[in-house]
Amino acid sequence: MDYFVNVTLTGLTQGMIYSAFALALVLIWRSTRIVNFAQGSMAAATTFIALALIQAGQSYWVALVVALASGFVLGAIVERVIIRPVEGGPELNAVIVTLGLFVAIQAGIAIVFGSSFQSFPTPFGVRGFEVGGTTIPLTPTSLYVIGSVLLVMALLVALFRFTRIGLAMRASAFSQEVARLLGVKVGGMLTLGWGLAAVVGSLSGLLIAGGTFVWPAYMDALIVFGFVAAIIGGLDSPVGAIVGGLILGLALSYVSGYAPRGSALVNISALVILIVVLLVRPGGLFSSTTARRA
Amino acid sequence: MAEAHGSTAVSATGGTATSTRLLEVEGLTSAYGPVRALDGVSLSAETGKITAVLGANGAGKTTLLRTISGLVRPVSGRVVLDGEDITKAPVESMVSKGMAHVPEGRGVIAELTVDENLRVGSLFRGKVGKDEFDRVYDLFPRIAERKNNAAHTLSGGERQMLVIGRALLAKPRILLLDEPSLGLAPRIVAQIFGLLRQLVDTEGLSVLLVEQNARSALSVADVGVVLNIGRVVVTDSARTLMADEDLRHAYLGF
Repeated sequence: MDYFVNVTLTGLTQGMIYSAFALALVLIWRSTRIVNFAQGSMAAATTFIALALIQAGQSYWVALVVALASGFVLGAIVERVIIRPVEGGPELNAVIVTLGLFVAIQAGIAIVFGSSFQSFPTPFGVRGFEVGGTTIPLTPTSLYVIGSVLLVMALLVALFRFTRIGLAMRASAFSQEVARLLGVKVGGMLTLGWGLAAVVGSLSGLLIAGGTFVWPAYMDALIVFGFVAAIIGGLDSPVGAIVGGLILGLALSYVSGYAPRGSALVNISALVILIVVLLVRPGGLFSSTTARRA
Repeated sequence: MAEAHGSTAVSATGGTATSTRLLEVEGLTSAYGPVRALDGVSLSAETGKITAVLGANGAGKTTLLRTISGLVRPVSGRVVLDGEDITKAPVESMVSKGMAHVPEGRGVIAELTVDENLRVGSLFRGKVGKDEFDRVYDLFPRIAERKNNAAHTLSGGERQMLVIGRALLAKPRILLLDEPSLGLAPRIVAQIFGLLRQLVDTEGLSVLLVEQNARSALSVADVGVVLNIGRVVVTDSARTLMADEDLRHAYLGF
């Protein structure tokens, strides 16, 4: 029983990170209809900024805040400088540009920070809490991971639901032309959207790095899982991204925890889950059934 | 047949004061690649009047509105709003200059609720009192009932009411409407046009209405402008155009 709870918690924790990464993809897809393949290496870049600060003697928390802020700046700059010129052109152009950016940023990280393995700290322990003398599988680190992703998601929901700028961002995402005719400065909203998405992506990169090693390509596995999670959810739905991430996290954790030689099956399981979901619901679990008419 | 006017519009009431010309379009030419959708179009919309632009599919009506509001950049020509040249002004700035464009095909933001759609329309003005929203809901009780529903659940008529209500929340001096009657039952069209007339008469709103449904449009408009393949064929009072049987047969299809 303990083992099952442990595997489940591991799955939820990993799933939360996949959710965050998937959410970053969905936010950009919704507003600009671009699949941002560079999200992973953008997040890796900010993790290395955090690592440099930590190695220079700063606390984890200072490094975290600076990394998230630089994620925002990086996302905004990428949209303004690199994406804006190809927006409105053939859809494939933007996708190729993000792929190129993925490779370029990864190479940039290797040039600036080196390509060796470096350990990345975690602010909390990985030993389970003690309740009444027995150790439970819930660790401070998993609590931190789940809590920080939930906090960021709650802040995003609050922004989109309850603020004027959030409404302007949603209007711009759903219908650029109508939003512009209504006086919404759509360009600024898109930049803001890319910045926020990059913050969420950066958070996932920092969380997955915690307590393990990082190297320029350390995000590659997360990129795959994040994409699978986003597509399971429907790519268009933030809720779908979160649910997709959790489903994937749990499923992969059960596979690796229970199947014989399970850890070797993790990657192929992700693919199987993706195929099954797409066969049953080709648009993803949370795809909206209403056609865009506006 | 009414006499064609190449460059300037005549006032329906015979007045010539230029100050009443809220919106002026001078020699506007717009092209998609080599195809000229507008070819030197000149017309004006006067304060407190409904000006209807009529013509068949492909006459350039939608392009005209899209060029006026900056969605399409003209090859040549000028757009002047209340004395200010807005030809090169950004699309986003048009509502704050007092011009609200309701695009073809309703233009609701389907994923947002009815209330959110209205709020987007007033965003650029900063904080807007609840009474202004109440007023729109009073004008259109049917959408008030569906305030918190997603806009994609609305019928065609309700969508048209929503986008007009949303445009009114921008407090425009001139409203550009693109085919508001498209796909609507005649009863709903009459209701919406009646309301437009009322707003124009009681609140001094001005309307530039683009319509394929010439009969309905002329019944509510003060001035009619007939477009054909990107050129102005004739500009005259709605009543005169209505009475011109040859013109109606040739260009307006009724």
